Amino acid sequence: MKKILIIGATSAIARELAKRFAGRGDKLFLLGRDEGKLQIIHADLQIRGAAKVVYAAADLANTEKHAGLLQQVYKTLGEPDVVLLAYGTLGEQAQGEQDYTMAQQEFQTNFLSPVSWLTLLANDFARRGSGSIVVLSSVAGDRGRQSNYIYGAAKGGLSIFTQGLRNRLYHSGVHVLTVKPGFTDTPMTADMKKNFLFVSPAKVARDIEQALEKRQTILYTPWFWRFIMLVIKLIPEWLFIKLKL
Amino acid sequence: MLAYQSWNRYPSVRQKADILHWATDVLPDIQQGETLLPYGLGRSYGDVCLNQGGRILDTQNLNHFLHFDRAKGILRCESGVTLAQILSLIIPVGWFLPVTPGTQFITLGGAVANDVHGKNHHCAGNFGHHIRQFELLRSDGSVYLCSPQQNPEWFRATVGGLGLTGLIRWVEFQLIPINNPLIEVETVKFANIDEFFSLSKASAFDYSVAWLDGMAKGKSLGRGLFMQGNHAAPQWNHGYCMKNTRKLSIPIDFPGFTLNKLSIKLFNTLYYHKQIKKVSTGLAHYLPFFYPLDGVENWNRIYGAKGFFQYQCVLPYDNPAVIKEMLKTIANSGQASFLGVMKVFGDIQSLGLLSFPRKGFTLALDFRNHGEKTLRLLEALDVMVSANGGVVYPAKDTRMSAQHFQQFYPNWEDMLKFIDPHFSSGFWRRVTK
Repeated sequence: MKKILIIGATSAIARELAKRFAGRGDKLFLLGRDEGKLQIIHADLQIRGAAKVVYAAADLANTEKHAGLLQQVYKTLGEPDVVLLAYGTLGEQAQGEQDYTMAQQEFQTNFLSPVSWLTLLANDFARRGSGSIVVLSSVAGDRGRQSNYIYGAAKGGLSIFTQGLRNRLYHSGVHVLTVKPGFTDTPMTADMKKNFLFVSPAKVARDIEQALEKRQTILYTPWFWRFIMLVIKLIPEWLFIKLKL
Repeated sequence: MLAYQSWNRYPSVRQKADILHWATDVLPDIQQGETLLPYGLGRSYGDVCLNQGGRILDTQNLNHFLHFDRAKGILRCESGVTLAQILSLIIPVGWFLPVTPGTQFITLGGAVANDVHGKNHHCAGNFGHHIRQFELLRSDGSVYLCSPQQNPEWFRATVGGLGLTGLIRWVEFQLIPINNPLIEVETVKFANIDEFFSLSKASAFDYSVAWLDGMAKGKSLGRGLFMQGNHAAPQWNHGYCMKNTRKLSIPIDFPGFTLNKLSIKLFNTLYYHKQIKKVSTGLAHYLPFFYPLDGVENWNRIYGAKGFFQYQCVLPYDNPAVIKEMLKTIANSGQASFLGVMKVFGDIQSLGLLSFPRKGFTLALDFRNHGEKTLRLLEALDVMVSANGGVVYPAKDTRMSAQHFQQFYPNWEDMLKFIDPHFSSGFWRRVTK
């Protein structure tokens, strides 16, 4: 039985992963913004077999609250074996191009506030010398494209930050997993036109659980995104700038 | 999630989809004249789950369990939860669905909206008989808590109401206790339809259904295998038979010629003779017993890209001559496919205004889509059904005439005042025009 903290527990991928943890009989602490949704998930996970489920509603991007929330987690759950950092927003790229405050907000939510969580968590995990930190990044962070470079830059920053963190924490026995999902059928992509590349959050959750068990470092999910992104990264810049990606 | 089709893949229609992510979501804004229709897993065989030119509400993400009383076997969940998800929760703790259709890949909302039935109809009635309460959200934002006692008129309109009365947000229903996941099964071979009737009459099992060879004629008309079962007694060990988790899948549409008279006849004959003894008994895991076809993913593709029809009717069984006549018409047409299913329903009165099950003999058969020829045959069957006091099942229909529907379901006019003004379906527009 593991103690698991989920930051961003109402996100679709986190929900599916939490169901799997609950089915194993783990203890869960859920952090999310929307109390009503947390209540629904709380009941669901308890029925599915979680040994304990506790939740707290908070604005996760507000870094001033992070230390206090973690204290609350440690008090009610104990120090977690696994932390899943799963929240994020996909803002309107076109709006961000016109309005810095919007881009700033995207960075606050998708990069800066995760860095705050990870800074606090990394030190606690390092002290204990065990456990796993799972961070949801995105394939969008692998190369800047005109259609979503603001989101992409934030996720790219997060990927590099967790990469460095993994390198640092490796020496103290802490596992850091960077997850790069491709297109997933979630509220975040509700307005996107769906094609065959879209997969369900349940599938992504299954891949993450497996990667967590095998202590993998970087997970592309589904697997073929590793090759799609490899090709995209290999395109020379002089050609890439001409493409409408 | 690319296309929202019905399971028989006919008709093929275009419609917009709105995915509901939370049961607390409000219904999407719609344009003047546009309508909505809840859609679960699209396992109905027809246009009750389609809304051409309108929008459908994808409810698959409304998949949370809300409350489970493990002592009393009362479960409340959101309407997008599937029977498969429910079974994996309740079986390990000794409970089972009170009523289940032949697939576990349907949503709870669909089970209510079609007031589905199963192999235990003669003992347990429909799914609707086991509902304690549910919540209905209307497009004007009003919410009705419905049970046989509270808002009973809304309960009656929504159970079997084909999703037209609003969005069912959650359902609470009663489970039945079991000792283990096993079924004690007895299979009896019967040589013709008369034997089927005497077997049905004599059967003392909780579950019974018969497989019919829809191609057999003459003395063998109506031959098949009668399968009956009970939940197994406690002495059987859980580990006795593990389910086979390997799944077959049909990855592509089979070309049209794969299923023809000869190949089906061969299959049916082999299937009929696979059991040499008259009676065989044994233990089965619940999955192959209740859901034999769920083992083959996308089995609907064997009928090819043109899709197929399923036909299910119920007829009073005090007149076996009519039933024989009907079987003869089907056998002579040479169009029936395998998977003919027969059962005798009990006389438990259905609760819904438009519920299908009623006392009598029910027959369900697949027909490959041969266009006009098939439509003519099915229309001829409708005529026989209507002349003899039977009805056809809306959840499996894509083509019955408005006239027949209105004759089969005289309550349809009472239904009108409960239909949400912003909800509609291809089926409803077709049969009420």
